[in-house]
Amino acid sequence: MSQLVFIAFQDNDNARYLVEAIQEDNPRAEVQHQPAMIRIQAEKRLVINRETMEEKLGREWDVQEMLVDVISIGGNVDEDDDHFILEWN
Amino acid sequence: MATKNKKLNLKDRYQYLTRDMAWEPTYQDKKDIFPDEDFEGIKITDWSQWEDPFRLTMDAYWKYQAEKEKKLYAIFDAFAQNNGHQNISDARYVNALKLFLSGVSPLEHAAFQGYAKVGRQFSGAGARVACQMQAIDELRHSQTQQHAMSHYNKHFNGLHDAAHMHDRVWFLSVPKSFFDDARSAGPFEFLTAISFSFEYVLTNLLFVPFMSGAAYNGDMATVTFGFSAQSDEARHMTLGLEVIKFILEQHEDNVPIVQRWIDKWFWRGFRLLSLVGMMMDYMLPKKVMSWSEAWEMYYEQNGGALFKDLERYGIRPPKYQDVANDAKNHVSHQAWSTFYQYSQATNFHTWMPEKEEMDWLSQKYPDTFDKYYRPRFEHWDKEHAEGRRFYNNTLPQLCQVCQIPTIFTEKDDPTMLSHRQIVHEGERFHFCSDGCCDIFKHEPEKYVQAWLPVHQIYQGNCEGEDVETVVSKYYHINIGEDNFEYIGSPDHKRWLAIKGESGGNKADSTDQDAA
Amino acid sequence: MSIEIKTNSAEPIRHTFGHIARRFGDKPASRYQEASYDLEAKTNFHYRPLWDSKHTLNDPTRTAVQMEDWYAVTDPRQFYYGAYVGNRAKMQESADTSFSFCDKRNLLTRLPESTQKQLLRLLVPLRHVELGANMNNSKIAGDVNATTVSQMHIYQAMDRLGMGQYLSRIALMLDGSTGTGLDESKGYWMDDGLWQPMRKLVEDTLVVDDWFELTLVQNILIDGLMYPLVYEKMDQWLGENGAEDVSMLTEFMRDWYKESLRWTNAMMKAVVGESEANAKLIQSWVDQWEPQAYKALTPLAETTVGTEALDEIRAQLTTRLNKFGLQQSQGVAA
Repeated sequence: MSQLVFIAFQDNDNARYLVEAIQEDNPRAEVQHQPAMIRIQAEKRLVINRETMEEKLGREWDVQEMLVDVISIGGNVDEDDDHFILEWN
Repeated sequence: MATKNKKLNLKDRYQYLTRDMAWEPTYQDKKDIFPDEDFEGIKITDWSQWEDPFRLTMDAYWKYQAEKEKKLYAIFDAFAQNNGHQNISDARYVNALKLFLSGVSPLEHAAFQGYAKVGRQFSGAGARVACQMQAIDELRHSQTQQHAMSHYNKHFNGLHDAAHMHDRVWFLSVPKSFFDDARSAGPFEFLTAISFSFEYVLTNLLFVPFMSGAAYNGDMATVTFGFSAQSDEARHMTLGLEVIKFILEQHEDNVPIVQRWIDKWFWRGFRLLSLVGMMMDYMLPKKVMSWSEAWEMYYEQNGGALFKDLERYGIRPPKYQDVANDAKNHVSHQAWSTFYQYSQATNFHTWMPEKEEMDWLSQKYPDTFDKYYRPRFEHWDKEHAEGRRFYNNTLPQLCQVCQIPTIFTEKDDPTMLSHRQIVHEGERFHFCSDGCCDIFKHEPEKYVQAWLPVHQIYQGNCEGEDVETVVSKYYHINIGEDNFEYIGSPDHKRWLAIKGESGGNKADSTDQDAA
Repeated sequence: MSIEIKTNSAEPIRHTFGHIARRFGDKPASRYQEASYDLEAKTNFHYRPLWDSKHTLNDPTRTAVQMEDWYAVTDPRQFYYGAYVGNRAKMQESADTSFSFCDKRNLLTRLPESTQKQLLRLLVPLRHVELGANMNNSKIAGDVNATTVSQMHIYQAMDRLGMGQYLSRIALMLDGSTGTGLDESKGYWMDDGLWQPMRKLVEDTLVVDDWFELTLVQNILIDGLMYPLVYEKMDQWLGENGAEDVSMLTEFMRDWYKESLRWTNAMMKAVVGESEANAKLIQSWVDQWEPQAYKALTPLAETTVGTEALDEIRAQLTTRLNKFGLQQSQGVAA
């Protein structure tokens, strides 16, 4: 059985950058658009990198900023200064 | 000062800023300070193993939450100023909000109280802080929901007395008893119930597809509070998973206790969500996804991945998961049938789906809808058209545990009502399922206490013995305004007037309704 | 005719929720009102708590103090969640600026070693007092029913956590973010004679069961002596001893305390004023706890600003208690 992790964001301007960054760092992630929200799922692991986000945004970005736009997650969370990872063992 | 030591990393720094403020007491016995930590039999050998689910210090909390609130209230203001209620897909939709405000919002407040309590009960400061943060978040949800619904309450019926109804109305004892059950349990069970089973495993089903549906139906206020609340939920879910892993890692004796709680709370949550299933399939005029699809995505797929992850602790998926998975094709129809029959005693309206909606249900539920439900619905529709709107005047038998009328069917036979009963200390108790019966058997002394609305009416504890008196006096449901069929209701007439005015040419047929 | 339809459909059919209208009439209600009144469950509880079978859930007898209606206690600041976090976000922004400023310019690490040590010994250990206050206020928020009262206490609980974190960050600034300063400071809290009466008092409050007694002890009596002593008198004293820069790092606490007086005063007036019985009961708690709070702070006062300063603060507290209809504690008279 596959083990999908997922994250969902409100569909807003911040999310566009997050989705771009996620797609870049997780080429196999699947992006689903639903009314007012964007849901991204991937097998086993999904990572959001601060560095990629900062490149996209052209400014400093704190990983915790994402808390404002996230709607839901599935997977064990590993968060530090540089990344936010969702993972199943 | 000498600074030879290494700089703290984020994790250790957060520990210094939270749990390191705690200390080992010496003037008072630790057991007296934390008297509620042991009685459930959970063994915690080392609280320092606690993994903080998120590392939000208060300054960051205030900053991010203020930002969210600012956005949220800007939308509430805009919604009210622009009479946003006129832009929703159809006024039938508002009935889902009535159910939400009277069924769910009071739970947010109970969650606030519950988390404030456990935010003091644990001797581990890391866990306490995480719970307190959730407590204040839940207060937020309770309050933003009042504010989001405030405008709707000015234009539609049935939203006017949610907390009062929550304490009394027959079907609202389903959510009320669910939360009372968790709050009256010990702190570890509370977290397993609410943080893990409810928040982590099941609330996605309430907040994600339903809120997306709210957006699709033009309800800007609800989708905004829903998604804004969910942004806190991501933290709460992380807490839920960390709690479970922590308890399981602490001692092997904890595994069977936690397993039993997971079984119990999965089942209670699943029953509670029958109400959400019907909101999604029947109360959203424009549909996003069916209940069965939502169940597959958020329970079978995500829950499956989760329980696979927990296998390493010796945890298996919840007992009766197979029954629940099978029921995804039935519960929403069975629940809607029930509410349709008992609309005289609800604060929201019901109706039979229109033909296109029936077709959508047939398509989404190819194996069940046409076979078991559509014929009944078409019959009721016909009866209604001929002036005989069906209401059931016999009060239903409630399940002693989940308190839903015993309306569900057997897993292998959708034509057979599922009913269990046992005799406990000379008294007979009735249940909707093996799941609920098992829960009772494990703690009969708890569930015999249940305040069952139907029993209470018959015992004369609800300000009257006939339904009409109970509904109006005790429930505060305004008869002829809040209850009964949607078609022809004051809400319906007002909606036609709204649409008539924007449609222009329909004004003739609606001016009478508006008067 | 069509104009009339328009009016009818846009015109509200009611102005607020029924439970708000029953209190204030059917007129447009404030956000504070709709967020704060009669939201909690009041009756028909299903099960008795396993952790306290003598009471029901939301049992009003969790305090011996009796009110006809606890909603007589309201928040003069009218804080509902959104208003609360909005306010604190502003306060934290200015605190953040101060901390960065101090950090960048090494204002604390430039202080003489002995002054740095004093900060770790005399100021930073208060983070533990803040955690005790955090626990007490969370307990109260979990025991109280009326939302006007419970929400003030959960805000208070989170504020105390936040202030404990600000105090901790002072040590982290001193020790170069290694934690050694915090370890040293915690040692004083655990073993230094200066702190033991205070630590005992905090631990004693952690076993108080009656929530109103607890809010009185924590938020009025202990804070009523401690905040003016530490953040006014000691702040001045630290300034006189070359550590005036610390003052900008405790500005949050000064602003916070001034603001908190608004709700604690309003609560005390309403509750003491309710009945003779309440006044008598609360007076007995004042008599029991106020001298202990005074004693707990005496060593800190002796080491820093002198006991006269503490006596002066005690007199101010007495004036405040008088305004509520209470007397000075018997401890003062003795």
